[in-house]
Amino acid sequence: MAVDGLVLSTGYGLWSPLAWIVTFVIALIACYLLWRLGVSSYKPGTEQSAPYLSGNKADDPTALHVPGGNLYWGFIEGLKWYYDRIIPLHTGIVTDYLIWMFGVAAILLVLVMVVI
Amino acid sequence: MFLNLPYVTVVLLTCLGIAAILFKRNLLKILLGINILESAVNLLIIAIGYREGGVAPIYTLAPSTNMVLPTPQALVLTSIVIGVATSALLLSFSIIIYRKYGTVNVNLIRELRE
Amino acid sequence: MISDFIWANSPILLVAIPLIGAFICPLIGKVSTDVRRAWVMGIVTLTTAIAAIVVYRVYTEGIVTYVFGAAASGMTVPMDSGGIPIRIIFTIDPMGALMEIITAVVGFSVIFYSLSADARRSGLEQYYTLFLLLIASVMGMVSTGDLFNFFVFIEISSMACAGLIAYRIERGRAVEAAIKYFIISTVAAIFLLFAIAILYGEYNALNIAMIASRMQFTPLDKVALVLIVVALLAKCGAVPMHFWTPDSYGLAPSAVTAMLVVASQASLYGLFRFVFTMYNLTFTAGMMGWTLIIIGVLSMVIGVTMAIPQKDVKRLMAFHAVSQTGYMLLGVGVGLAVLGNASLMDQFGRMAMEGGIFHIINHAMYKGLLFLTAGAIIYRVGTRDLNKLGGLGHQMKWTMVFFIIGALAIAGVPPLNGFASKLMIYESVYLFNPLLSIIAMVVSILTLASFVKVFHSIFMGPQRPEFSEVKEAPRPMLIAMGILAFVVILFGLIPVQVVSTLISPAAHALIDRAGYIAAVLGGV
Repeated sequence: MAVDGLVLSTGYGLWSPLAWIVTFVIALIACYLLWRLGVSSYKPGTEQSAPYLSGNKADDPTALHVPGGNLYWGFIEGLKWYYDRIIPLHTGIVTDYLIWMFGVAAILLVLVMVVI
Repeated sequence: MFLNLPYVTVVLLTCLGIAAILFKRNLLKILLGINILESAVNLLIIAIGYREGGVAPIYTLAPSTNMVLPTPQALVLTSIVIGVATSALLLSFSIIIYRKYGTVNVNLIRELRE
Repeated sequence: MISDFIWANSPILLVAIPLIGAFICPLIGKVSTDVRRAWVMGIVTLTTAIAAIVVYRVYTEGIVTYVFGAAASGMTVPMDSGGIPIRIIFTIDPMGALMEIITAVVGFSVIFYSLSADARRSGLEQYYTLFLLLIASVMGMVSTGDLFNFFVFIEISSMACAGLIAYRIERGRAVEAAIKYFIISTVAAIFLLFAIAILYGEYNALNIAMIASRMQFTPLDKVALVLIVVALLAKCGAVPMHFWTPDSYGLAPSAVTAMLVVASQASLYGLFRFVFTMYNLTFTAGMMGWTLIIIGVLSMVIGVTMAIPQKDVKRLMAFHAVSQTGYMLLGVGVGLAVLGNASLMDQFGRMAMEGGIFHIINHAMYKGLLFLTAGAIIYRVGTRDLNKLGGLGHQMKWTMVFFIIGALAIAGVPPLNGFASKLMIYESVYLFNPLLSIIAMVVSILTLASFVKVFHSIFMGPQRPEFSEVKEAPRPMLIAMGILAFVVILFGLIPVQVVSTLISPAAHALIDRAGYIAAVLGGV
């Protein structure tokens, strides 16, 4: 493998953390400059910082937090066929775990004995 | 045939141990199965170390110089000690499980799943 | 004088110091709590220093051997033994040294963390005894050059781990996790002992180098190989033997979980050591390589998909540990699959192995960091349920920063260390088989998605009224997290230097079987 200075060569591509940091710093400066262009009349604590919901009264923000269990509901629902098979495998019964272990040993034994 | 008897016993004990840990539902019986499996391995090591007509490797007043290597015995001794510690720890865990869950049936010891 | 002694005997001191420290700990604890803290901290600092000496020796002198009870520590084969190294030998090559670095760094920061995090609990004498015993046994596992000693150390580590997992009984649930872990570990250890008995019966030796030099790959060796591989895969938590991982990682105290990760990695080290050094090319490496690859891919996919619906923060992270183990198996498995082919090995095999090995050290650092942040949250808030957490970013700013560092590193976001090792794995595996590389990338994306969920549900959102009293984690815990975060960032910023000084020699040491044998048996 080629090692020169700060460029990690993976045989197929390159990775230079230094170049990444330079890009990141440039992006940060650009963001700062864009932020500087904004208006400075923002005042926290006034109605400017209150949530605006088409003129309706907004709900209490603490009630709006989506708890972790509800995130990715769609993902799990979409892969229901997969999860319905994979989650019940984690039975919590130690004998099942041992059967998996012996099963893998048996399969590997057959593979090693027969194939090689 | 007679010399193969230890190996036959090893196979029998192994099958017995595996059957016990795979098909028994009582936690204590599974632990016994583990102990049987351990004994099978210990017996295997001892059987491997056996030499016909060999004497213990103690040079003082040795009847012959046809001595066996003491390594397998040392291994088994270590392994037995480890086995005792393992059994003690497993049994103490089962005591706590029985106190908290009120059962030693592995089908019911499954608060942690999914 | 004393420095010469330490220098010459450093490999054994690496195990002896934490071992002695562990068993004196309950006595010292009788004096006072502060003395015990100082004792534990002193022992772990000393162990880290000794580990530094050993690692320095390995990188300057090459493979270090230490023979127990010999006149000179380099006298591996006694004159009158007929060329058989009958003594117990420690053999530390760069791969072992790498594992020692991991153990020392994680062990140090985790003990530092634990002294603050677990200070309010009872039974701490036994707790630290087991903790130091765990460090000693992991150090032993990665240093030993003897099959039976490996078995002994793996059993000690199982016992220490099981005791630590069950330490907080949690209405019996932690004990349930511990007994499941321990039953599987014990059966795995019996597999290992069976394999050792077979190998001893065949070759009359227990020394890894000796067996390697005599290896013929008879049918009995095949049985031994299968037993070793299954036992160590079960110990490192690869699918489909991963079921104990979420239970025990989830229920153990957080500091212990970070160390459990290291203990699992040590089993992985054992797997690589036996497959590469003992068997190497005596068998069709392609088949065993593909076995590791398939198990690795299964671990990656099933680990990460099982992590996504989890609601317990530590259980979720534990499934990610399974998934990350898959990357290491994939990288090293690709290296093993092309081991016999020199041109493919130069083209991508070596790089894949380096990626896999680099991932071991990276994983230990960022996963340790993540478990420590989870522990800090549980310490302050008292719940681990993602549905009940929220809005902690307002109070626990530093914990949040460390969590972000860990989460981005595990997801492989540049410039953190996870990116460098994953990039090495992706690109080399792509040349081997593009599909595997694509699966690895998808898994990485799902990892990021899953940690976005954790981040959102713990830190984001408005401040919760029930958590208004929550404060930032205590300073020692933050410092411990800071050490690991520093390593994560450092390895991300200078991957080239790390790869060339630590990882390449380690990968080379695994491949170079003749060198390992020659270091123990003398020039062959």
